[in-house]
Amino acid sequence: MIYFDNAATSFPKPPETKEALLAALESLGNPGRGAYMAALAADRTLYRVRKQLADLFHAEDPSRIAFAQNTTQALNTAICGILNPEDHVITTMAEHNSVLRPLYRLEQQGVELTIVPVDTAGRIDMAAMERAVRKNTRAIVVTHASNVTGNVTDLREVSRIAQAHGLLLIVDAAQTAGILPIDVQSQHIDILCFPGHKGLCGPQGTGGIYVRRGLSLRPLLVGGSGVHSFDREHPKEMPTALEAGTQNAHGIAGLGGGLSFLSRVGMGAVRAREEALARRFYLGVRDIPGVTLYGDFGAWEGAEGHCERVATVSLNIGDLDSAETADLLSEQHGIAVRAGAHCAPLMHKALGTGARGMARFSFSYFNTEAEIDAGILAVGKIAEAVRI
Amino acid sequence: MRTKETFAVYVFDTTTDALAMEAWCREHGVPGRLIPLPQEISAGCGLAFRMTPQDDEKYRSALEASGRKFAGVHSVQQFVLRDQGEERKRDDYS
Repeated sequence: MIYFDNAATSFPKPPETKEALLAALESLGNPGRGAYMAALAADRTLYRVRKQLADLFHAEDPSRIAFAQNTTQALNTAICGILNPEDHVITTMAEHNSVLRPLYRLEQQGVELTIVPVDTAGRIDMAAMERAVRKNTRAIVVTHASNVTGNVTDLREVSRIAQAHGLLLIVDAAQTAGILPIDVQSQHIDILCFPGHKGLCGPQGTGGIYVRRGLSLRPLLVGGSGVHSFDREHPKEMPTALEAGTQNAHGIAGLGGGLSFLSRVGMGAVRAREEALARRFYLGVRDIPGVTLYGDFGAWEGAEGHCERVATVSLNIGDLDSAETADLLSEQHGIAVRAGAHCAPLMHKALGTGARGMARFSFSYFNTEAEIDAGILAVGKIAEAVRI
Repeated sequence: MRTKETFAVYVFDTTTDALAMEAWCREHGVPGRLIPLPQEISAGCGLAFRMTPQDDEKYRSALEASGRKFAGVHSVQQFVLRDQGEERKRDDYS
């Protein structure tokens, strides 16, 4: 199999991840539930990875990072934990359902919602974002990069708007954590939601949330905390406030392995390689007759004034349903891509692909030039067959 | 060459139902396979299970009697590149 679905989950995982996960299965007890060797080993693992994450995102201290099972859980925690009826919130058409659905649910409970449009290349309308601000606006929730087009959001501008109007900035880093540099303090990010199993190269079931010092959230879950057991209320201190119940210590140990891999190779080097591979693919398919590409690719054409990109290229071939394209790639070429709407329905509406979706190719450090070229060849063959 | 063939495409309310269908079909020697959900049936993501119309006719009543949950069966024209013999073989893993 040639794996081009890294925007869904990174594959393969680096050796550090596998080794850390296996070692954890053989050595860890329950974190926070005892002072014997195995329980302490689990506690120390959580602390070490928390520290690695805090360093990566430039958090004030490790306690500002709480673990979550995925970005969806982190986003639900952020969105439902901060907004109240009669608050106004701004988001964009570039968002994933993990942002939109919690917001739609809150809308039914009296939260006011504005969804900022994107243009034909999927770029967020920043002027419309600023115009959307009202007296009761509480927060902006925005993706750091689209999981459909691969366009990177101009966080500097979003952050400027948030600061100018005293709004909280909640960032969905599902496509960028471990890939693009993130500095929550200098970028004035109040809450950052991130997966462990994508760019951070950890196992599925891992992820987390950064919450700025001084900000507290209503937790989604309350329960066992290992501390203050006779209190009726769940502890309010971070990170315990957002970590009810036994944490996924084994998975988190694996995530620590993924972070070690990123440190060993260097995030910049990983990013440079996967972007070069994605650009190679883009340049190989862009001129194939019948191929339609979606997004702003100006940066890869060497043009000025265009957004950065993550290593994702979405396309359609002729009039083929994206599901058929993905199926042909899988069945005839052994190439794994994701078809359909990628859980981002508004982006597809904006780009006119609501009816057939797109075939999304998303690359990683572990892909090879030969795999990219096989992908280009496969797209060319399907495009040619469709034309006949 | 570009050819389209008609398939019977089963759709489901949940991925779990789709996987249950596949497991049951494998267990009972019913040919067919999981495919990405054709967008003409429903926009979005997900899995569907497709088989030839002949197999659908042959096994539909058994499937219904088995209690498998599916939201509907659609007749869908899908693009195939191989000749029919190979396509048949590809969809027949039993």
